[in-house]
Amino acid sequence: MTERVPILRIGEVLVVSIQFDLEDQTVLRLQEDLAEQIVRRAARGVIIDITALEIVDSFVGRMLATIAEISRMLDAETVVVGMRPAVAITLVELGLSLGGVSTALDLEKGLARLRRSTISDEA
Amino acid sequence: MTAPWLPDEAPQIYAITHNRDVVSIRQTIRVLAQRCRLSLVDQTKMITAASELARNTLVYGGGGAVKAGLVEKDGRRGIAALFEDSGPGIADVNLAMTDGWTSGSGLGLGLSGARRLVDEFDLVTEVGVGTTVTVIKWAR
Repeated sequence: MTERVPILRIGEVLVVSIQFDLEDQTVLRLQEDLAEQIVRRAARGVIIDITALEIVDSFVGRMLATIAEISRMLDAETVVVGMRPAVAITLVELGLSLGGVSTALDLEKGLARLRRSTISDEA
Repeated sequence: MTAPWLPDEAPQIYAITHNRDVVSIRQTIRVLAQRCRLSLVDQTKMITAASELARNTLVYGGGGAVKAGLVEKDGRRGIAALFEDSGPGIADVNLAMTDGWTSGSGLGLGLSGARRLVDEFDLVTEVGVGTTVTVIKWAR
């Protein structure tokens, strides 16, 4: 039995705050849960908060990139927020710079980013 | 490479047979890294490298074990981790160390990425016998 990461909703945005060190199976499950929730709740944005994560290895890094791609295909935009400086340095050195993933420093800035791009979509 | 383990403290051995072992190895390495006063960035790099190598041991080596502990050389302290499996071994080490190459479904950054994150890296492998990867990160 693997643990499950809760997915919250604020308006048209789904918010996932990762609060514990994830097993690989939990990471894969989150990917599937999010894809399903984007469609079911007609979400336009996804925020993944990794403030609590002390490390992001290639497996979790790939999950972030994959979620960004899946949500784009489902008409939603993903923003990863709260990356620690040491995590950013390590990811770049590892060879994973997450080119296709948009980021913001914290939850507030991430929400503001999604609000701006949703508004410009409608204009 | 023989890791210069601290004489008064034997390294501990931890099994890698399940996904949850990868998580607990990250925690073990974090405690050791803090004990030898690695900087926060160096701790993060060492834990990340250990996570990659533990996953390799599990996924490609079919499980195995890691021996981890503190090391000392020329008055410097550090942390060493030796990952060992009795899996299929690696036929072409140069290819396996190339960014982006994978024999499975990974990103192909595990070995090459882990090597960039540590100070010392040693890989011994034999087809049909297994693979041993030793990494060391020194406190600055």
